[in-house]
Amino acid sequence: MTDNASSIQRLCLDQLSLERGQRRLFSDLTETLSSGEAISLTGANGAGKTSLLRAIAGLLTPASGQVRFEGPDGALDAETARAEGLHLLAHLDGLKTSRTAGEELDFWARWLGGTGQIDQAVEAFNLKPLLALDVRKLSAGQRRRLALARLLAAPRPLWLLDEPMAPLDTSTRRKLAEVMQAHLHDGGMILAAVHDPLPFPTRSLHVGAAA
Amino acid sequence: MSASGRPMNALFRREMSLAFGRGGGPLLACGFYAGVAVLLPLAEGPDPARLAAVAPGAAFATLALASLLSLERLFERDYEDGALDLLSLGTPGLTVVAAVKCFAQWLATGAPLAVAAPLVAIALGAAPTLAPLIFLASLLAGLGFSFIGGIGAALSLGTRRGGVLVAVIVLPLFTPLVVFGAGAVDAFANGLEWAPALALLGAYCLGACALAPFAMSAACRNAMG
Repeated sequence: MTDNASSIQRLCLDQLSLERGQRRLFSDLTETLSSGEAISLTGANGAGKTSLLRAIAGLLTPASGQVRFEGPDGALDAETARAEGLHLLAHLDGLKTSRTAGEELDFWARWLGGTGQIDQAVEAFNLKPLLALDVRKLSAGQRRRLALARLLAAPRPLWLLDEPMAPLDTSTRRKLAEVMQAHLHDGGMILAAVHDPLPFPTRSLHVGAAA
Repeated sequence: MSASGRPMNALFRREMSLAFGRGGGPLLACGFYAGVAVLLPLAEGPDPARLAAVAPGAAFATLALASLLSLERLFERDYEDGALDLLSLGTPGLTVVAAVKCFAQWLATGAPLAVAAPLVAIALGAAPTLAPLIFLASLLAGLGFSFIGGIGAALSLGTRRGGVLVAVIVLPLFTPLVVFGAGAVDAFANGLEWAPALALLGAYCLGACALAPFAMSAACRNAMG
């Protein structure tokens, strides 16, 4: 992980409350995620796991409280921290069905600031045979692998993952677990919304009306 | 190349490939343009003198309508498939995304229409000497159509029947472009001073290019939240 002054080393949620429409999802959530740590985000369907990830990514404005990012020298500007240090893997993967997997991976790697780590990402998720295919021809699991490859193709410290394991087969799940552990080992941070526990020890954070 | 140059370049190439890809957007706009140009003599009557008189004005009004066609999808595709969320997480930011998208829209739709515009005007009976000015004015107007139209496209994100909403929002803002564009050509045709109208057209376009990306970025953020 690059240790420059603008890289995120800690994510702080301060008494965060989120609303969707008129409905309060949760109130006063306080949590800290530091370099090298992973948190499994649990909660019932509709409890607000995805909304929490979107709020951290700056796509949803909190009803109250705040999301703060800290670097080695203290607080970071939230906008810069998000633009340079954060990956969001959501249900909607943003892949264009009319373009090839290779074109899409290349574009997103460049857009998110990757510099030549694409080969490594292709190898990790065994994408070589898929690169020439149109995205529309990929299965759900293959698309997810392509989306996951962005995490490696453009190294960023904070990974926000929304049910990353869901459509994957057993061997890819194992591979993803390895990749995630390697990321933590390098000082990265992972916040993953999950229903089944991740295959390595993490802290757990429960969101819902009671939290 | 600057730090954000590479991502912007990549985005530009993606936008161009999407515009020229399967959608056939530029061809569709030109086809629509040609279609209206064919209908006009049928509706107006074949009298050459009458047609020649309305040719520049009709060419510009039709150009404005043809520019609307692919605007609706400018942000909508990326909004629907989650790409807009991820685009907001790149170093250059959403304002740059909006500017690059509109610029690509101009090259992909505005430029082909600007090539078609003199042909349409001449087919309607305008003097061939007008062709260079019609091309230039259409090209400039197209830049304004893209950037101003982008505001409408961003504002209509997440609504049903967004295309109609885009038209209602942006057509009033298109008026200066049509007035100055057709005005410059008309002045030239009648041997009057045409440069001021073209300068006003350019000024309006540059203003749109400078300000519209901020409005688009704010509208996109609003739709995503």
